[in-house]
Amino acid sequence: MGVIEDRFHPNVLVTTVDRVFNWARKSALWPMTFGLACCAIEMMAAGASRFDMDRFGAGIFRPSPRQSDLMIVSGSVTEKMAPIIRTLYDQMPDPKWVISMGICSTAGGPFPTYSHVQGVDKVVPVDVYVPGCPPRPEALLYGLLVLQDKIDRMTIAKRTA
Amino acid sequence: MDDDAQVRENAGQSAPPLSRVAARLREEQPSALIEVVDGEVPAVRVRPECIERVCRFLKDDPDCRFDHLSNLCGVDMIALSRPSPRFDVVYHLYALSSGGRITLKAAVDDGAEIPTVSTVWRTANWHEREAYDMFGIRFAGHPDLRRILMDEGFDAFPLRKDFPLEGRAKDHGNWRKPEDETAGGGR
Amino acid sequence: MFGPSEMEINLGPQHPSTHGVLRLKLKLDGERIVHTDPVIGYLHRGCEKLGEDRTYPQAMVYTDRMDYVAAFCENLVYVETVEKLLGVDVPARAQYMRVVLAELQRIASHLLWLATHALDIGAMSVFLYCFREREQILDLFEAFCGARLTLSAARIGGMYQEFPEGWAAEVHRFCDVFPSRLEEYHQLLTSNRIWLERTQGVGVIDGPTALDYGVTGPCLRGSGVDYDVRKAMPYAAYRELEFDVPLGRQGDTYDRYLVRMEEMRQSRRLALQALQRMPDGPIMAKVPKRIRPPKGEAYHVNEGPRGELGVYLISDGTETAYRCRFRSPCFTNLQALPEMARGHLVADIIALIGTLDVVLGCVDR
Repeated sequence: MGVIEDRFHPNVLVTTVDRVFNWARKSALWPMTFGLACCAIEMMAAGASRFDMDRFGAGIFRPSPRQSDLMIVSGSVTEKMAPIIRTLYDQMPDPKWVISMGICSTAGGPFPTYSHVQGVDKVVPVDVYVPGCPPRPEALLYGLLVLQDKIDRMTIAKRTA
Repeated sequence: MDDDAQVRENAGQSAPPLSRVAARLREEQPSALIEVVDGEVPAVRVRPECIERVCRFLKDDPDCRFDHLSNLCGVDMIALSRPSPRFDVVYHLYALSSGGRITLKAAVDDGAEIPTVSTVWRTANWHEREAYDMFGIRFAGHPDLRRILMDEGFDAFPLRKDFPLEGRAKDHGNWRKPEDETAGGGR
Repeated sequence: MFGPSEMEINLGPQHPSTHGVLRLKLKLDGERIVHTDPVIGYLHRGCEKLGEDRTYPQAMVYTDRMDYVAAFCENLVYVETVEKLLGVDVPARAQYMRVVLAELQRIASHLLWLATHALDIGAMSVFLYCFREREQILDLFEAFCGARLTLSAARIGGMYQEFPEGWAAEVHRFCDVFPSRLEEYHQLLTSNRIWLERTQGVGVIDGPTALDYGVTGPCLRGSGVDYDVRKAMPYAAYRELEFDVPLGRQGDTYDRYLVRMEEMRQSRRLALQALQRMPDGPIMAKVPKRIRPPKGEAYHVNEGPRGELGVYLISDGTETAYRCRFRSPCFTNLQALPEMARGHLVADIIALIGTLDVVLGCVDR
């Protein structure tokens, strides 16, 4: 959305446009299928019918980063995998968000080892951290709702310095 | 719990009594054995240069028929007060037809080579690659000895006792870019 | 060098159907696979090194996270190996409890296998159906130990608490409904023409070759080799229980599918038997507060849903293991993938990864 962002001072018209844009973005977050380890199983359970992520609009998992706007890093991030995560993040078009699901991707989890990245925020910027090992599907859904609240606070207007 | 008696019962046929496998080994491959400890599962220490021969015998001999290599791994013996030869390669074998089990061990020093057994059981291929990756044990005659779990360019052997658990500082990278602060969802 | 229609493509490590972070380098001739080179290690977390740094009870949490779909089976093989080192006899009641949990875990694992395998091949609704049953089992686990996935429910020496009040009745309720659900899956898939086309004749491997590759579990039994650790080297209470071990004939994907479906039925039978025959008594043996096994070593295997899970521990007399080796069935099963994939189409690789039931946590440790 490069051309209209950061151009206008905050005003009533911009606020209304903001609300519409944010509502559209948060209601149709398309996650990328990015299950790494155990948390992926709970992410699948969150997408299945008992917990149903689709009622929040986030049920369509896109295999390609080019078509998704949410990357749920679910599971351990290893040093071998880190450059690949970075590439995938770079391939996602703006606006994009990252949820770090589980404590392995939040802070290295129970693995303080030679091959484990101690937190995926060393690789990509993270918006929401969902703790748990693994977090219950409800916890992931809560993280999604927190992200939706965060998206609600976005604006296309100039940000005051 | 007499494991092997139960196993014989299950197999419905007489498994070679424990010492018979060891006795067969002593009979056929006397020069290859260093030490035989009979027990629930016989543990045999083999001369490293003879390991391939012994394994082939154990697999092909009609009295033994150890057709399943259950586990192959390396052990760093340095902290058990055995700095040289530094590594033990341990083989756990199982015979499906008789239910017999045996453990083989062969010692190999840092920088020395031990023959591969991937010509005897194809499953040994990846196990030996892992032993090389984690300890640096070289297997002579291995068709494809390269790292399997760590990155190809990794320059140390993680499971050695002198390698730190947390890794060295250079093992941990940082991939953040300056544009991360403003990119993304207008954070 | 490449011929005029040969190329090398990359599958994964981020791919919807690789069941985690598996990377395959495929050498293709047109659309036929000439050679597959699996590249693993993208989930290598150093569990074996952690086993050397943590005390024996602490290291159990890592066993959950290796084969995370069958956490209890991995817990069990680890505690049994430590018990072997200690020379501890586990009370009979605890052995039966372990069987109940292990078999429920096996059903849950096979349900996840079916859900993802069918999803990859294109049968998306089976995913939702299987998760419906799986949720019931996960509720049972949660009622027992508080965790759905990474259980850590076994303890060195026995079990740490009895089944809660009403838990056994819930298991019975689940087992009453389960056969009709299995029927549903059979109706959806077993004679479905698309399923048959996608799985029959795909990934054929004969028994001796599979054994040579170290393949174990349903993948080996699908090729007709009768090797189930629960029968061959019985552990827990399996010696006293009756069950059948299904075997395949052709060694193709369809046979492995049928083997696992029948295993779910047998697991239900085992769980009910174990609940019925469970003797009264203590559930925990006398173990010291600080687990310090005498110097020695032990190697113990058990039958996980994916094959032979093994743990090799060397104790140096201290509270932490000297060497903690995890024998992973998925690691050895994956080695047979290039053999099974030769000559097949790229779409069949997806079916093969599913049929091998690869869990990358177990492969990479």
